[in-house]
Amino acid sequence: MTKLDDLLAYEVVEGLTEGQFTAEEYVISILKRIEEVEPKVHSFITLDTEGALSSAKIIDKKIREKEDIGQLAGVTVGIKDNISTQGIRTTCASKILENYVPTYDATVIRNLKENGAILLGKLNLDEFGMGSTTEYSRYHPTHNPWNLDYVPGGSSGGSGAAVAAGECTVALGSDTGGSIRCPSSFCSVVGLKPTYGRVSRSGLISYANSLEQIGPICRSVKDLIMMLNIISGKDAMDNTSIPSSPITVPNKSKKLNVAVIKELVTGSDQEVAKSVFSASEKFQEIGFSCEEVSIKNLHYALPSYYTLASAEASSNLARYDNIRYGFDYPIGEYNWDTYFSNVRENFGEEVKRRILIGSYVLSSGYYGKYYLKARRLRSLLRLELLTLFKKYDLLIGPTMPILPFKFGEKIDDPIKMYLVDVNTVIANLAGIPAISLPIGFSNGLPIGLQIMAAPFEEQKLIDASYELEKVIHIQRRPNSI
Amino acid sequence: MSMVMIGLEIHAQITALNSKLFCSCRGNYRELRPNSNICEICCGLPGSLPIINQKAIEYSTMTSIALGCKVPDKIMFYRKNYFYPDLPKNFQITQYNVYGISSIGIDGKYELDDAKQIRISRIQLEEDPGRIVYSEGGMNVRNTALIDYNRAGVALIEIVTEPDFTGPKEVRQFLNKLSLTLEHLGVCDTLLEGSVRCDVNVSMNGGNKVEIKNINSFKEVEKAINYEITRQSSVYNRNLNIQLETRHWDDKKKITFKARSKEEEHDYRYFPEPDIPVIVLGSDFVTNLKQRMPELPNQRFERFILKYKLSEHTSNILINDKKLADFFESTLKIHFSPTEIANILVTDFKSLIEDDTESTDYLKNLKVKPEHIAELVKLIEGNKISRITAKDILVKIFESGKLPSEVVNSSNSYKIADEKTIMDAVQSVFDTEKAAVEDAKKNREAINFLLGKVMKLTKGRADPKIAIRLINSKLSDPEKQ
Repeated sequence: MTKLDDLLAYEVVEGLTEGQFTAEEYVISILKRIEEVEPKVHSFITLDTEGALSSAKIIDKKIREKEDIGQLAGVTVGIKDNISTQGIRTTCASKILENYVPTYDATVIRNLKENGAILLGKLNLDEFGMGSTTEYSRYHPTHNPWNLDYVPGGSSGGSGAAVAAGECTVALGSDTGGSIRCPSSFCSVVGLKPTYGRVSRSGLISYANSLEQIGPICRSVKDLIMMLNIISGKDAMDNTSIPSSPITVPNKSKKLNVAVIKELVTGSDQEVAKSVFSASEKFQEIGFSCEEVSIKNLHYALPSYYTLASAEASSNLARYDNIRYGFDYPIGEYNWDTYFSNVRENFGEEVKRRILIGSYVLSSGYYGKYYLKARRLRSLLRLELLTLFKKYDLLIGPTMPILPFKFGEKIDDPIKMYLVDVNTVIANLAGIPAISLPIGFSNGLPIGLQIMAAPFEEQKLIDASYELEKVIHIQRRPNSI
Repeated sequence: MSMVMIGLEIHAQITALNSKLFCSCRGNYRELRPNSNICEICCGLPGSLPIINQKAIEYSTMTSIALGCKVPDKIMFYRKNYFYPDLPKNFQITQYNVYGISSIGIDGKYELDDAKQIRISRIQLEEDPGRIVYSEGGMNVRNTALIDYNRAGVALIEIVTEPDFTGPKEVRQFLNKLSLTLEHLGVCDTLLEGSVRCDVNVSMNGGNKVEIKNINSFKEVEKAINYEITRQSSVYNRNLNIQLETRHWDDKKKITFKARSKEEEHDYRYFPEPDIPVIVLGSDFVTNLKQRMPELPNQRFERFILKYKLSEHTSNILINDKKLADFFESTLKIHFSPTEIANILVTDFKSLIEDDTESTDYLKNLKVKPEHIAELVKLIEGNKISRITAKDILVKIFESGKLPSEVVNSSNSYKIADEKTIMDAVQSVFDTEKAAVEDAKKNREAINFLLGKVMKLTKGRADPKIAIRLINSKLSDPEKQ
């Protein structure tokens, strides 16, 4: 039998229901695993050992008393630390929220709790989700479990690494421009950015509201389906949420029309491109049609994304003035005219950079030149993609144009750093669902395939991923830890 | 003669709402313990999202219709970004028309009594900030400032006029009419403290525009304008230029004073609020709302004239006091005698309540109810009491709350129709007023003097018709008894 801490989410639920082990035993095995690997990986910002153990005991009691235990009973979930958890500090990996403890649960957290999931704690990220490596976390960087010298991707790097390292069964991340898919690709796990509006954002601490979604990061497609169904749905606390139908586990393969996005493959490292071509061959082997397409407006995606995301961020982050909550600040230094600028010094460099860019592109005289233009390009891109989806069910390409890289490689050059998001921002700008699926390794470094579908066509993404997962056998647990 | 141009920016809270504009906290924050009427949304806690109050959209649409504005098919919200401690998010969710129409009403016209039209440039729906309470010495001595967020997020309607007013009197007339309209629509109880505020732009002789902010009641507006006209005239007369500036109204000292320069230099970096999708109203919405809308003051005025045959003068007095007009119509439901009831209400009744009209619910607390007035009118019409007696009865029922019939019974105030009793009074007057009697024999006009004496003697209770007849017959035939 597989080690307890290596079980997939659906295996945990089965094992518990069948009485193979107790929730407490399972949680203890996970906590042991965390104790073992966390000093190397550094996935967590806050670990809630006591909370996890007491939740486990409640589930065990329910099992003994034959009560309903929920669809995710016993599944341990790590939460990206920009999703609000009542009573558990939520920092966004920022010093500016060092002492912030939310008074309410995000809707997704309520959904998880109602279904018996066990919250383990809060996972690392780039400050406020701004970054692709976790190097911008104000606490510590997270290390890639496949090679500790390499970045795990970001911004949900803690989530990707924790799932890959077996520190939790599944995790929640958030994706504004690729923040779920990038670490999923770099850490060789499955991550989904849902259609904009499928999952409630209530409680997700906003970076760029019009682009982001919460989504699951898992070790299998089947786990991802379970998680997605639990967190999806129209929410009274989010006016941008939209009702959707649940995803089913595919029972027979459907023939889908797939198109490889030419520009994304040619713009990638050779090793990455090779892997993507081999995946598309696999699709053909299982009977999918596979063509190549070009996206005309692709080169507008990155500038449009960084303009819009920074604009929204500059406004969203204005509330962090340390008046109502935040961090310890000596009371003697309150001064009406300087207080705001003094306390806001406490943002990290990348966050400050984006606030400055965002304020600039929104200021009078530049709004039309930058912000408005970026919005128009966003609409153009979305229209072009929607047209393509009339012909193709799925668009594929590499999730990341490059292999995971070492710490410090790109941190000194923001533009270099921004460029790694070029493939992922497309889905956020268009509001469409996109998944990253592990498809192989190069020199022990993971490679992910990105699959995109039309709005609310998650079922097609899942169908294709499920089929591909069956035919590509990927090593699940890293050797290095 | 100097030329004055005045424009207004009015903020009226939608006091009719049970909840705030974007959350379920109470709309009526008054008399609550500071910071007890707050939640994660109106406090702008990280991750909270605004949930639009549908009723607020209805009320602001009704206001727009009443002020002759066009209501667009689609509305949206914008963020107005600026740092101020009373603003929990450091931006205000409002509407903005520079990049296309977004606000609930545009291009309206509102007529003053002399048919002069005031153009309404726009009406927008937005959230109220919290309240800052400064320590002793006001906002210039900043030892401590306390913030109460109970008001934060309350729905506000902003009404902006073109600079069409030429003096404070027109402004007063406009504000009175506007208050009446808001009251008739049930949108805003303008007598509640802080429910209406006004910013005023004043420019003279084509000079620079001076904005006066923070005038916290309509009553103060006229004073502020008068002060500002005097101030600007004296600057002008010294051949100095009037500065383009923002000033504040100090309602204790009754002066305007220059705002700190920082408060003037704002680039609000407006952009569309991503958390609230575009709201499609559609033409049906406005059509339906128009049918359901409460009657407006001028419609009611016309109805009073047509249906109740009241004079313009009487109708006007009633309409200008909505509570009195409501009282009038409630009385009509019990006893339909419009002219008689209206006359009592606009004369004797109104003079009795005059002192109290400042308080919001002055009619509610009265001991006199429509039932009382209806009965009083019945007694007059049934010839049971004279009009003169009615006046006294009214005073008594105001004090005691007893029904008119009770008062009449206990004080024996019924009209005297018994000829013998009246004849006794006539005889008595003839005995004492010999000169007048002689005079009256020659000059018929002098009869009124005798009648007055008879009425006085009977304390107004004698039926004047009978008294006149008896006087006449006694004059022509002195021997007749």
